[in-house]
Amino acid sequence: MRGPISWVPAMDRTAASQQDRFAAALLDPERPVPDGLVTPDGRPASRRFGIYRNNVTVGLVNALAEVFPTTQNLVGEEFFRAMARQYLLDHPPASRLLFEYGATFPDFLTGFEPAAELPFLADVARLERLWLDCFHAADAAPLDGAVLQRVAPQDLAELRLIAHPAARLFSARHAAVTIMTRDRTGAPLDGLDPFRAEDGLLTRPAFDPEIRHLPPAGADFVGHLLDGRTLGEAAAAAFAADPDFDLPAAISAIVEAGAFCKAVLRGMEAS
Amino acid sequence: MKPQSSNPSARRSQSLPPRAGAGFKTLHADAILEDGYRIGFLEVHAENYMGAGGHPHRLLTRMRESFPLSVHGVGLSIGSERGLDAMHLSRLRTVVDRYEPEQVSEHLAWSTHDGTYFNDLLPVPYDRDTLDRVCGHIDMVQSVLGRKILLENPSTYAVFERSTMSETDFIREIANRTGCGLLLDVNNVLVSSVNNRFKPLAYLQDFPLELVEEIHLAGHAEDQDEDGARLLIDAHDRPVDDEVWRLFDIVIAQTGPLPTLIEWDNDVPEWPVLRSEAQRAEVILDRHARTYLMGARHG
Repeated sequence: MRGPISWVPAMDRTAASQQDRFAAALLDPERPVPDGLVTPDGRPASRRFGIYRNNVTVGLVNALAEVFPTTQNLVGEEFFRAMARQYLLDHPPASRLLFEYGATFPDFLTGFEPAAELPFLADVARLERLWLDCFHAADAAPLDGAVLQRVAPQDLAELRLIAHPAARLFSARHAAVTIMTRDRTGAPLDGLDPFRAEDGLLTRPAFDPEIRHLPPAGADFVGHLLDGRTLGEAAAAAFAADPDFDLPAAISAIVEAGAFCKAVLRGMEAS
Repeated sequence: MKPQSSNPSARRSQSLPPRAGAGFKTLHADAILEDGYRIGFLEVHAENYMGAGGHPHRLLTRMRESFPLSVHGVGLSIGSERGLDAMHLSRLRTVVDRYEPEQVSEHLAWSTHDGTYFNDLLPVPYDRDTLDRVCGHIDMVQSVLGRKILLENPSTYAVFERSTMSETDFIREIANRTGCGLLLDVNNVLVSSVNNRFKPLAYLQDFPLELVEEIHLAGHAEDQDEDGARLLIDAHDRPVDDEVWRLFDIVIAQTGPLPTLIEWDNDVPEWPVLRSEAQRAEVILDRHARTYLMGARHG
């Protein structure tokens, strides 16, 4: 085995390792203060390095609180901040855009033992993460419902819809849609059954994200359309899941929600 | 008819007015637009407008129609040992192209290392290697953006043993080599001076004030080191400290009026509180503007 000899010139090694050590110690309080970082009278700057550590931790916890406000309301600020600190140690942001932070936070919550009493927490967090993706997605004009009315009835089954950039489909085994909607409108959470499965559709018909409950089989229908399948295929999937599926109501709901921006028939845009 | 106003390149060449501005927070949008007092300019963090679309862009487009704009980057990590991120620089260029701000600035700091973003402005040693690296990065930024940027002096909490230059010499040399301008954060000067035990007036005396094109003012928090000595934290969570106002007055007496931003990023107050801080800065700017006019008349 090769010994601890490095082929990097000494000068470069020192230069390269300074930020390595600084970065590694920022999120690990067990590590010593980086060499060569000192107080003005030349002593190791432990208390001062603690300010950098604290700035980083507090800044990232605040960022998570901004992405997941309902999750925070459900567990309380103190619990949320402790949970967030735990998360960021192993999952610091990979993006410089903090509004993209926390994609793996819902999965972390699934395995977070102290929150095991709230099994719906991860679903709520997943919905909140999708909500912010919807909020920042690209702008596009939603599909004009009149376009669908102009399509000949025999062509409807062949129609494909192009997803609006902000449309997101959400399915969960818990009542995350109701929980987030009530929390964000200031409505009380009393009396809801968190263990009722719910599907939701996030869209941005104007500038603010909107969320709608989907009826049974609605997620099958919208999911197939978002995947680029034809209206006929999507309807067949929905009827297979629920023979009572109300197709006309579902079509007007997705148009009203602004889930799609274009309709395509045989490779050409319908207008 | 004003033909130059319809020419985008003419608009781009305009600079920020030598007045007080405010860090733009979306919750203040309506209050700012309805206010009888017209704020001199708005400054935004570039990263908040790097999303693809939606509400943030709609709002900033609306504000930009009414106010001069400064785009202040916090994520470029110009001091990084690992080089600039081409994707991030390209995103910054998209923001700058989209809003054509009167001013663009960034920090003498690093914030990303090996793909991890720390969301803090971390310090660099002041030595020749770091100087070469930072200058190379600024050259690249200015070349990609096709314009000059301003570099902001950091707030620091400790010093590096390997530093061989003073911060002011380091910053002056960067400006001389790259042609960048400077953003003087007066609160950072006070914070660093208390933490690293130097005299803020001596720092200002050494600082190349002739290259300063914008000022930042902000509030700081107070803490203690292991010996119970005072430490200041660049918190941006309260009004500007009296000592910072005093230093600001001294700077403006020398430079004449400069675009001056009030930064308030945490525990953000209602708009009138931020506005009154801006008005306080404007009183000082106005006073020195008069002195400058008199000087011109008699000189």
